[in-house]
Order: sequence, then C-alpha cells, then structure tokens
Amino acid sequence: MNRNVLIGLVAILLVAPFFLYPVFLMKVLCFALFACAFNLLLGYTGLLSFGHAAFFGASAYVTGHAAKEWGLPFELAVLTGALTAALLGAAVARLAIRRQGIYFAMVTLALAQMVYFFFLQARFTGGENGLQGVPRGYFLGVVDLNDNMALYYVVAAIFLAGYLGVARVVNSPFGQILKAVRENEPRAISLGYDTDRVKQTAFILSAGLAGLAGGVKAIVFQLASLTDAHWHQSGEVVLMTLLGGVGTLLGPVVGATVVVTLQNRLSEGALNAYVPVVLGAIFVVCVLAFRRGVVGEALAFLKRGKE
Amino acid sequence: MKSTLAMTCAAAALLAAGAAQAEISGGKVKIGLLTDMSGTYSDLAGPGAVEAAKMAIEDFGGKVAGVPIELVTADHQNKADIAANKAREWADAEGVDVFAELVTSSVALAVSEVGAQKNKISLISGAAASDLTNAACKPTTVHYTYNTRSMAVGTGAAVVKEGGDTWYFLTANYAFGEALERDVSKVVIANGGKVLGSSKHPFPASDFSSFILQAQASGAKVVGLANAGADTTNAIKAANEFGLTSSGQSVAGLLVFISDIHSLGLDVAKGLKLTTGFYWDRDDASRAWSKRFNERMKKMPTMVQAGVYSSVMHYLKAVEATKSDDTATVMKQMRDTPINDFFAQNGKIREDGRMVHDMLLVEVKKPSDSKGPWDYYKILRTIPGEEAYGTLADSTCPLVKK
Amino acid sequence: MMELIGISPQVLLGQLLLGLINGSLYAVLSLGLAIIFGLLNIVNFTHGAQYMLGAVAAWAGLKFLGLNYWWALILSPVVVGAIGVLIEKTMLKRLAHVDHLYGLLLTFGLALIFEGSLVHWLGVSGQPYPVPPELRGGVNLGFMFLPWYRGWVVVASLTVCLLTWFLIERTKIGAYLRAGTENPALLKAFGVNVPLLVSLAYGYGVALAAFSGVLAAPIFQVSPLMGSNLIIVVFAVVVIGGMGSITGSIFTGLMMGVIEGLTKVFWPEASATVIFVIMAIVLLVRPAGLFGRA
Repeated sequence: MNRNVLIGLVAILLVAPFFLYPVFLMKVLCFALFACAFNLLLGYTGLLSFGHAAFFGASAYVTGHAAKEWGLPFELAVLTGALTAALLGAAVARLAIRRQGIYFAMVTLALAQMVYFFFLQARFTGGENGLQGVPRGYFLGVVDLNDNMALYYVVAAIFLAGYLGVARVVNSPFGQILKAVRENEPRAISLGYDTDRVKQTAFILSAGLAGLAGGVKAIVFQLASLTDAHWHQSGEVVLMTLLGGVGTLLGPVVGATVVVTLQNRLSEGALNAYVPVVLGAIFVVCVLAFRRGVVGEALAFLKRGKE
Repeated sequence: MKSTLAMTCAAAALLAAGAAQAEISGGKVKIGLLTDMSGTYSDLAGPGAVEAAKMAIEDFGGKVAGVPIELVTADHQNKADIAANKAREWADAEGVDVFAELVTSSVALAVSEVGAQKNKISLISGAAASDLTNAACKPTTVHYTYNTRSMAVGTGAAVVKEGGDTWYFLTANYAFGEALERDVSKVVIANGGKVLGSSKHPFPASDFSSFILQAQASGAKVVGLANAGADTTNAIKAANEFGLTSSGQSVAGLLVFISDIHSLGLDVAKGLKLTTGFYWDRDDASRAWSKRFNERMKKMPTMVQAGVYSSVMHYLKAVEATKSDDTATVMKQMRDTPINDFFAQNGKIREDGRMVHDMLLVEVKKPSDSKGPWDYYKILRTIPGEEAYGTLADSTCPLVKK
Repeated sequence: MMELIGISPQVLLGQLLLGLINGSLYAVLSLGLAIIFGLLNIVNFTHGAQYMLGAVAAWAGLKFLGLNYWWALILSPVVVGAIGVLIEKTMLKRLAHVDHLYGLLLTFGLALIFEGSLVHWLGVSGQPYPVPPELRGGVNLGFMFLPWYRGWVVVASLTVCLLTWFLIERTKIGAYLRAGTENPALLKAFGVNVPLLVSLAYGYGVALAAFSGVLAAPIFQVSPLMGSNLIIVVFAVVVIGGMGSITGSIFTGLMMGVIEGLTKVFWPEASATVIFVIMAIVLLVRPAGLFGRA
C-alpha cells in the first residue's frame, strides 16, 4: 500500500512538468515540503506552532543573501538557509516547549513576530521591497538551473528526500515516542522518556525542513519577501495541513497542492477579488464538515470499506 | 520597365506586410495586468486599473497591427512570489508580451526582474520605489506614473518656499517611507529649510495620536507624512483631532492619492498640500476621459489608474507604428515618441526607464469651495518633469552611459 | 533613537495619557476575548473582524437609517452580538468536544470571510465616521490638547469594563458563568441551561468587540481591514493577563496601552512588537499570566 503510494508519487513527480507549468509545480512542492515539516510537529507530536513562517522566511532570506551577496552555489546556499532555520528552531524550541497547548501556539507566534520585526528592520532584507534578484546558479556546478526543467527535477528530488525523511522519522522508534508524547505525555514521562528533549528534537527537525522549503522557494522565485515570514503564512500552512489531513503522510502534500492551485487559479478567474473569502470558506467547511482532511477522510473510507 | 517597377513595389509591399504579420508573435498582442484586487492597494489600483486597461484596448479598436489584443489579469494579493510566478507563467506558457500596473514595490521589482530575464516589457504604474529606475533599472522596464522622488520634491520645495522651513517627519518604518523622508529632507535643506526630527512608526500603525503629539512638541512648522494608504489617512485624522493644524502647524502629504482624500472627506483633509501625477479636472482631455471612467467605475480615476490607460495606449501605439511586438523594437519606438495625452504632458521615457512628465502641486479644497462630487483639488503649480524626477545625470542606473 | 534627556516631562505625561486611552480600547477588546476563552475554550480569531463589524454597523446605521452615534453605541453591539450568537449556535457549538485548535481555525476562516466580502462594499481606504457633535473640540491640559472624544473613550470603556466585572463577579448570572467555566456538567445537573449560557456569553464577548468598534469609528477610518492585525495584539494582551481572567484582561489592557505608548517615544519602530516581547517573557516566567491561577 505505502509502496504503491510512493511509486505513484514518484511517477506523478516525473511526468507532471510535461503537463503543467514547472515553476508553478515547484511552488507546490516547496509548500508541500513546508506543510510536511509542519505536520511532523502538529500531526505526529501534537504541537501546534503558530509561528512556522519564521523558519520558512528566515531561510528564504539567508539563502537569498548567501546566493546573491556571498556568491555561494545553490546547494550551499540552501543548506546555509536550512541550517539557520534549524538553529532558530532550536532557540525557539528551548523557550516554547516549556508550555503546552494553546500557550505553546502563542509563544511560537510571539517569537515569530519578533523574527518578523527583525527582518523588517535588518538592512540585508530590503525591508518592504524584499530581497530581489537572487541568482539561481548551477546544481553541483554543472546543471544550469536557469532552465526551469532542470531546476524542477532538482526541486522534486529535494522534496522527495524531505518527504521520505519525514516518513522515515515517523515510522522509526523515535516516531513512536513522538506519538506517545502526543497521545499521553505524562505516560511517556513515566516510561522514562525525556519528553522535553523529544519535543525539542522534533521541533528542530521541523524547523530545519521548513527552512529547506523556504530556501528552495527563494531560489525558484529568485526573491525573498516579508510575506514569507508574516503570520498569515503561518496560518496558511496550518490550513494546508488541516485540509489535506493532519497526521497523515500524504495529507500536507495534497493540502498544499489544493491551496496553491486555488491561489493561482482564483487570482485569474472571475473570483479574483475574492481570494480571501474563498480561503476562509474552505477553512470553515473543513473544520465543520471534514476535520480529518481529504486524505484522512479517504483513509477512513477505505478502512470502512475493508471492514 | 514601369511594370517591373510596379511589380517590385507590389512584391516589396507584400513582403513587408508578410514580415509585419510574422513579427507579431503568436498572432496576437497579449497584455498581462497584475494588481491588488482586494488588499490595501485595491482602491488606488485594483479593479479600476483593470477597467482602465480594458478602456485602452476598446479605444484602440481591439486590434493592433492587424492582430487582436488580449488582456489577462491576476490578483497578486500583494505577494511578490505570486506576482513573479504569474509573470513567469504568462511569459513562458501563455505568450504575454507586456506586464502592466504592478502596484507595490516588492511586486514591481520582482516582475521587472522577470521581465528582463524573459525579454518582456514591464509598464509600472502603481509602484513608487525610485529604485526601479536607479540601482534596479532594467532595459525592459518603464516606470510610468510617479515615484517617491517626484511626489516628494514638489511638495517639499513648494512648502519651504511658502515659509514652512522647519520639518518633522512621521515615517513608515520600511524602505519606501525612508526613501520618501530622505528625498524630501534633501529638498528641504537645499531650499534653506531645516529638518528637526522624525518618528519612525511601525507599519501599519493604527493610532497616530502619540506621533502627532511628538510632532507637536518638536515645534516644527510642517509635519511631513512619509507613509501611504491607511497610515496617511489615520495620521491626517489624528492631526485634525489633536488640533495640530489649528495651532499653526501644517501637514504635508508625501504620497496621497485622490482615493485617500475621497475616503477622508474634505472637512478633515482641507488645506493639505500634495503632489499628484494626474488630476481629472485639469483640462478638457482629462475631464473627458475621467468622465468615461466614472461612468464605468462610479468613481474618478486615481493617477495610477489613469497611468495604466496611458501606458497601455502608448505601448499599443508603438506596436502599431512598428508593426512588431519585438521588445527591443517597441521599447525604442516608445522611447522615441513623446507622450502628450489626457494623462501626461511633455512626457518622455528616458534611458533608465523613467517616464518623465509634468507633475501637479495641489491643495485640498475647503468644503465650501468644492463645487460637486470629486471636486477636491486646487492646482497650485505645474512642476516641470525634470524638476520632479531629476535629470538623467542624477540616475544611478547602470544602463545610462556617462 | 532619542535620548531620554531629550524628552520633556510634558511629552511624557501626554504619552502616558494617550497610552491609557488606547489601553482602555484594548481592555474592552481583551475582556470580550477573555470571556469567550474562559467559557468556550475558544480563541476567537474573529474578534478583530467583529470589532470592525461594530464600526461598520455604526457607519451603515448613520448612512442608511440616519441613526446617530448614541443609537449606534447601543444598537451596533446588539446586532453584531446577535450575529455572534448565530455563529455560536450554528458552528462553534459543534466544536465543543474537539481540540481548541479547530475553534481557532474556524474563527480565523470566518474573519477572512467577513473582511474579504466587505472590501468590495466599503473599499479598503474605508469610510469616514464623524465625531458626534456633542464631543467635538477639546481641552488644553497644559501638557497636551485632549480632544473630548478621546476622553469619552476612556470613560465609556472603563464603565463598560466595570459593569462587566460586576456582572460576572457579583451577580447570579455571573456565578453561573464562572461555574460553567469550571464544571459545565455539574452546572447542568443543577438545571441550568448551559448551552444557552454559552451562546449568550459568546454573544456578549462579541458585543464588547463591536462596542469598541463603535468607539473607534470616529478615531480611525471605518475600513474592512481595521481589525485584521489587532486580533493578535489583543490576544497577546489576554495571554499576558492570564487566559480567562476578567480582572487580568482589564488591567493588562490598560497597562499594555501605556507601555506601547512609552515605546512610541523611546523606540517607535518597536512599538508594534513590544507587546509580543512582554508576552514571551511573561509566558516563560509566569505561564498562567500575570493574573491567572496556575
């Protein structure tokens, strides 16, 4: 079953750019990876971070700056960005994991607002104008990434690696501990696990992956801007994950695809002045009618069919 | 002999016609308009800008150089990445020839970059950043309607000359606010005035009373508002409420649109001095066009919306004249042709992409002087283009040969 | 940045007073949010939009029905509160038994819908709302000019806060409310109509938001996006005060207004961020908030 899903996913990734515009697909993949990273925290550890845009945005800025001003090649620039996000994640986690539930969400939001303020103030981000004109460069020094197709396959590979990484973590013994923490933290503590440490590790992983997504996005669009770090972005990634299915591997990917496609398609159609309304309506319908998300509901349906 | 000549001529004409046909890529001219349809800038650009572009195409007869004109529009939601994504997609997959409007600086800078890479023209109307024709200039970009410098210079110089020689700024804490403050400060000092200080307020800030109080305490004769949109309107309201204007200080708006004045009402905005690139009640041509716009949109155009019409028209005329939609050819034709229409007087596109045209220094009328709806401005002075935008020698654009 | 010495005591006094005025608006808003959180366990992300609806209702009442400011002050909270009750009855009620997260997401979605759909009616630059004729002008306090209207905002806000506090802490309905927060099942066993109580509490919290919207209307432009960034600030206030604490939210609202006002003098750029810094510190040192019970 899982094997088939994976084969299907790889097949779609391979043929998609022949049917759809590659830059659009890359955007979907960046957000899908971002949502997967977020889901690792919300879906598998039970922590709602309302400030994940800080990691996404921080990495976008650092990657952009590294590629543009320091002249780092693609791989190193993205890696620098992701590492920065992970470090930032470590700092935030140290403060935030001491609190639970809605308080945890609010601490992450508060810290993310401070990060946002920093980016607004810092010289290198270009403030409201954004960090523009980031060069795409070469992959491993040979593949010219200015070619959309070449860049697409690199991005697809990064996405797949990230996705498999999340899957690996979730199914590992560590993943079992995460779920134990989510289900019943006192019990996990009584079993001798250092749950703070576990949560912190999950948070850093998640922040780093979110950073990877942000860094790649900065390269794809050749820019980083304040919207990447804004709290609305944090809200959007929650929407993607929720819509696709919290705590399912494929859910965030589906959710991100739907949301990004909607944003893209709606912006051109007759509804183009009503994008926020449509997104809001999806939120409402999702919460009221299918809380398990697209993938979650599908899985439940399949399960019922088998029984 | 005669007949051969005639035949050669005919053949040449045919060839020329054929060549012209072939020169229009994709058999049509496609305009991609990116704007903010529902966010902060949707009043000053948004649906009105889309309507203005539609009017330009209709007025052109829907066809240029024998091929149809098509308009595609998208809401970029003020996100540079959505704008860049759309622009790339339009350029790569949908054969769009030119990008128009592009309100807000981050969007304009991003799309201008995409335009340069994909060799497509960007006609920027809504964005303010002077950078677009300085450090970040591109051979394919035209910055059409206004920029921070042109808005600042006229107001700054005029106010100082009238005795407002000490200034205090309320500055939005982002690149654009700082650019406005910097540009005006230069003009104020050059004209013998003094800058006493400034408050950098967060963006967006809702309550300005605290900053107004600081401005009052500074004792400056003029309070310059280096911000835009809701920040400007809220600051003007607070200035009015806290008696700033009645105690002898005056307010200068450095980036105010007619849509802001409309939403404030004359009672609050009266006496405000500002610079604008366009006012509907300037002459017969601007009145005639604005009346048509008003019939369709139920409001008068902002300079951004008028600029969209004018820039699209200028582009289409260049395509018609050269029978080509090749970027370099059209850009050359656009540069070579001066612009004199209902929008711009003495307009000319420079090497750095700046469309230099005369600006208007205006004062907001008192309610008792206003003769009807939208009768808001008294024109104080026409600021010649070179004075408003500076000379080419001032431009830091690397494309300018020095 | 300005030096401390460069600021006269007059300016400082003025800033303190302005901070108090803004703080009183925060207090009404955060009080509503605190009541809703206390009883429904829902982070009402629509609060900013409901504040905006209050202002819009006042504007529409004046424009289409000729209802003046004083009518608006009473009617607009009633109307918006009724919409709130409707939202609770049709949607929030169904989320009573699931994670807080879903309430937050639902109300976030509702806020997007309200704000997005009003943009086309009002325009983003918004509509002006005149100061009521009785409150035009102001008084010179020596250190600053105080418009009468701003003074009225403080009086009205504090009165409403006090009345609410009295209602909750000193009356029978309040006792039910507090009991409902602690143990709804037990309260039900005593024969109290808990669902009705919850609906009314939500409606009341929303009405408070609308009330502050009407108070704010003459000061700011009535625009669809006027509350969109306010919600996270007000929420931070509630967290600092202690979620669900009535007195906490009132005092913290005032305090944050003052702190924000002082920041505007010493480091104006940071005035939008200072509340979050305080919130982070408070949560780390005293997670239940300044006035909350741990």
